Amino acid sequence: MVTASSLVYLIGLPLFGAAFLLLIGRKADKWGHIFATAMSAGSFILGLLHFFEMSSRATEDRAITQTLFTWIEVGSFKVDAALLLDQLSICFVLLISGVGTLIHIYSISYMAHDENRRRFFAYLNLFIAAMLLLVLGNSYLNLYVGWEGVGLASYLLIGFWNKKPAYATASKKAFVMNRIGDMGLSFAIMIAFATMGTVLFEGVKESVDRVGTPTLTAIGIMLLIAATGKSAQFPLQAWLGDAMAGPTPVSALIHAATMVTAGVYLIVRSNFIFDAAPTAQLLVVIVGAITLIFGAIIGMAKDDIKKALAASTMSQIGYMIVGAGLGPAGYAFAIMHLLTHGFFKAGMFLGAGSVMHGMNDEVNMRKYGGLRKVMPITFVTFGLGYLAIIGVPPFAGFYSKDEIIATAFNSGGAQGIILGSVTLLGAVITAFYMTRVMVLTFTSKARWDEGVHPHESPVLMWLPMAILAIGSVTAGYLFTQGDALVSWLAPLFAKKEEYDELMPHSVVTVLAITAVIIGVTAALMKYQFKSVDAIAPSDVSLATRLARNDLGQDLFNEAIFMRPGQALTQGLVIVDEKVIDGAVHGIGSMAVGSGATLRRTQSGYVRSYAALILVGALVLLAAIWVVTQ
Amino acid sequence: MDPYNYLYLAALLFTIGAVGVVVRRNAIVVFMCIELMLNAGNLTLVTFSRINGDLNGQVVAFFTMVVAACEVVVGLAIIVAIYRSRRSASIDDASLLKR
Amino acid sequence: MTLTIIMFLPLVGAALLALVPSAQERLVKQVALATTIVVAVATLIKALNFNVENTELQFRQSYSWIPSFGINWALGVDGIALVLILMSVILAPLVILGGWNESEGGRFGVKTFYILILVLETMVIGVFAATDLFLFYVFFEAMLVPIYFLIGGYGSGERAAAAVKFLLYSLFGGLLMLASIIGLFVISGQNGEVTFDITKLSELHTVMSSTTQNILFLGFFIAFAIKAPLWPFHTWLPDAAKSGTAGTSILLLGILDKVGTYGMIRFCLSIFPDASKTFTPVIIVLALISILYGAFLAIGAKDIKRLIAYTSISHFGFITLGIFAMTTQSQSGATLYMFNHGFSTAALFLVVGWMIIRRGSSTISDFGGLQRITPIMAWSFFIAGLSGLALPGLSSFVSEFLVLVGTYTRYPAAAIIATFGIVLAALYILIPVQRALHGETTPGNENLKDLNLREKITIAPVIAIIIFLGFYPSPLLKIINPAAAYIVQQQGYSDPVPTMNGGK
Repeated sequence: MVTASSLVYLIGLPLFGAAFLLLIGRKADKWGHIFATAMSAGSFILGLLHFFEMSSRATEDRAITQTLFTWIEVGSFKVDAALLLDQLSICFVLLISGVGTLIHIYSISYMAHDENRRRFFAYLNLFIAAMLLLVLGNSYLNLYVGWEGVGLASYLLIGFWNKKPAYATASKKAFVMNRIGDMGLSFAIMIAFATMGTVLFEGVKESVDRVGTPTLTAIGIMLLIAATGKSAQFPLQAWLGDAMAGPTPVSALIHAATMVTAGVYLIVRSNFIFDAAPTAQLLVVIVGAITLIFGAIIGMAKDDIKKALAASTMSQIGYMIVGAGLGPAGYAFAIMHLLTHGFFKAGMFLGAGSVMHGMNDEVNMRKYGGLRKVMPITFVTFGLGYLAIIGVPPFAGFYSKDEIIATAFNSGGAQGIILGSVTLLGAVITAFYMTRVMVLTFTSKARWDEGVHPHESPVLMWLPMAILAIGSVTAGYLFTQGDALVSWLAPLFAKKEEYDELMPHSVVTVLAITAVIIGVTAALMKYQFKSVDAIAPSDVSLATRLARNDLGQDLFNEAIFMRPGQALTQGLVIVDEKVIDGAVHGIGSMAVGSGATLRRTQSGYVRSYAALILVGALVLLAAIWVVTQ
Repeated sequence: MDPYNYLYLAALLFTIGAVGVVVRRNAIVVFMCIELMLNAGNLTLVTFSRINGDLNGQVVAFFTMVVAACEVVVGLAIIVAIYRSRRSASIDDASLLKR
Repeated sequence: MTLTIIMFLPLVGAALLALVPSAQERLVKQVALATTIVVAVATLIKALNFNVENTELQFRQSYSWIPSFGINWALGVDGIALVLILMSVILAPLVILGGWNESEGGRFGVKTFYILILVLETMVIGVFAATDLFLFYVFFEAMLVPIYFLIGGYGSGERAAAAVKFLLYSLFGGLLMLASIIGLFVISGQNGEVTFDITKLSELHTVMSSTTQNILFLGFFIAFAIKAPLWPFHTWLPDAAKSGTAGTSILLLGILDKVGTYGMIRFCLSIFPDASKTFTPVIIVLALISILYGAFLAIGAKDIKRLIAYTSISHFGFITLGIFAMTTQSQSGATLYMFNHGFSTAALFLVVGWMIIRRGSSTISDFGGLQRITPIMAWSFFIAGLSGLALPGLSSFVSEFLVLVGTYTRYPAAAIIATFGIVLAALYILIPVQRALHGETTPGNENLKDLNLREKITIAPVIAIIIFLGFYPSPLLKIINPAAAYIVQQQGYSDPVPTMNGGK
């Protein structure tokens, strides 16, 4: 069927699509979107073929590698351009190309009136290619190329409507904050090369036993920094909210389903490092737990539907990071939550796009309400995603989140109890803010502006939403059926340690469902059964105000990094001009000045010259006399 | 007569010439003073020739005379040219090279 | 075809140009362009014969020039020199084509402009190919003359002042170097026959006292640090880059400055290995300061050409760091960095030059919204910028990463500090991108024209090279690696071995 030599086409198709559409220019305006969609779909079909091929092979032969050429070779530093497809990357390949293709289809209609639609599709293709490279690279350096590639695609897409200065700034902010994370990845690669002499996943895995724990901890922390940048985790989370400046399909694909989960991929891929570095692992869990709550709190206060969903994304990725930080017990569940989240969050973002499409691009949920009747398909698909994310059985999110909470409780000791409680608290808040979104948008009374006539979106838009909704309903069940996903991924990870179940699974399930009921009820009390103002009330508690301002993350960054940085820059500009260049000019003026002084002796009077000669001669004679005495 | 007296005379002449160059303004006078110094030099050369009893000093003195003659030709020509254009033979007026 | 003939080809072109009537400007430009293309093709053909297995100097030629001082007309290249010559000869036709009209309105006329460029090309090839120290010095100093007139005669703004500043800085460095050269000459005379041959000079370090070595080393190093330029000897560069035409700036930053870093490898390291070791900590600190300082000033720059000049200071910091970190990765990376920096700076200056000609201003805030008005120009600027911030997939990433990873294995702290430069790089590229390309169209920009065919033909190969080498740098690395490894080994270093400590 398909062999390893076709791996390159997984990336090649969308990459070709991007390059071709960008180079050919406006000539392709009429069919560029179809072309790009076909490239993405081609990638997906190829991915499916590989998946079937892979599942037909025995467990130990499932990973395949294609080496294209030697990329960099200097001394002992050798990195091939090589692709690795194993059980983990195939999950991502299917998610990326599958959800990606759906979003391509959706965008055909969503972006129909944009004069730069071709360019948009070229960027989408570029993103798919870079993201596939990220998950297919067989070394940290190959991953790094994809890692920054998705950053570039994300930059281009967030700033797609960069005519608005705020949007252009948002794209720049995202890129720069990502670069801080990338720096972590660079460090990790450098340390790995310096200590193990290789940057291949395989090579690093084999060397782990021979390297001291401090080194592994350092690598782990650096990888974690990289993950926090890309996955919008604390403390590098501030860019994600602003990234909603991009067109909504972008938010769905990049900033919900795929790119932001790259951090989770990185940690799970590096499981052998984290398993051997408990301190780094603990930090991973802490970062995940903080972000989980952080995002959820912000999500409660946001009136902008996309920003509320973005905060939710941040929080859900927090769950995944917690899962990934729990070691062999949690890796598979982190990936499971990642996949189910890919379905329901992408679906909800597309739903939000559909709502905006019908509401003249209004994003303020306080201006929505009552859309259930006018946009039934959007309501149903969004609703299914909603049920999935809050974790109502038997929807997808229930399975994946439940497992993470259970694993957290069972990680033992005080850590287990704290983590379990945090994840449960997160579940309560999630249920609250998602119900709030649901109520404000669909079920409360209409608060539309005048002249707004909401309508259902065309088929090209609701079809992808419907498919994703089916995924949101069934994915969790399918993945857990006979431990399908866990056993699929198991060969990649160390064996789970046997542990006593401190908290039986059934108890966790009851707790989780209780949490959901609490959250939903609270939200219904506050929003469904009371009238909602079309203008956000201003006499609110300090906590709400803080949450509306993203818990001061921007204020913090500006005060600690941006303004001192600007001051430093301005200071250095002055230093350069006045001190360093000033010193140079000072030497120049000194030469000029001494010249001006000495010039006075050049009076132009022959007699004075003659006198000087005379004096000089006498001095010379005197000198000779003194010397010869 | 003691030949060293000629040396004292030459020194005296040279000093007069040097002082003349430094203090006088008239180009002609300065010029004559320069000649005086040259000739003081000649006198020394000849004197030493006499003291040492060979002809080297006298030969050099002839060279000096030739050079002095050439110098007079060029120098006077310059002075005349300057006088013609500036109506003055004062060397202080000819300080145009200052800038 | 020997190196000498290739070297003199541009001079022949210049002589031909002298015969063309000045009034026929078009013909003048065509002859100049044709000459540089011929040189580029000849060099490429010659380079195909280069044996990458061999670490010795190749294509050697030596004729006695001034026998009484032991001065020879000696040429020869190793992988490092060859790569730099290749870069120079490929950039030269692009400079002429890209700045087709920028010679007009200069002080000395169109013809002189091209004669100066061709003369400069000869000297550049000479400076990289010379294996005789005296010959190198002659080219090193003579190079100043054409570039002085190019800045002073054809630039804009305070071009005369900038040209003089450049000249004085360079002469100051050159003078120190001359003193050191004379010192070496004398020492060579005291230990056998007088010679300027660099292979023979590189054996002298065994007989020099460490004080002598240090003093002579400083003479060379300061000259090269001014040329490169390294903090704090850099202030001539922004002025010169701002005042020169775009083409001049490419020649200056892209090619001439490389003589500084090349000189560090060829002379500082090989003639004074012990002094190099002594001064390595100081130099690494200077390189780190350059990296961060250049980046901060680029962020603060208001003029787009000054901005590029400051980014170059930062990049030269990386190159110097790579050279003195003394691992095969960092050394190869440094040379590759020189090559890549040539092209990425060329791309930036080409596009910026066109932007400035169209807008009549080089202040960043005068631009705005170019992406909608002139999409191709904006894209070219963007890609050139991405190359400046070393995005993976573009050539500069490979070299920057090699420098960092190589440095880390020996000096982890230095590599970590240098890595902060990559965050600053994102800022100094994306800030002008946002101001110039994004946002509303600012008044005065509405009617700017997009790139014409000539400009597209110029920028296309540059971008193609940047992208191609990003994915496939092997052809260059194959040339560079043996030479770089040889230098590291010659210095008595070997790569640090992975520090796995065998068990927890």
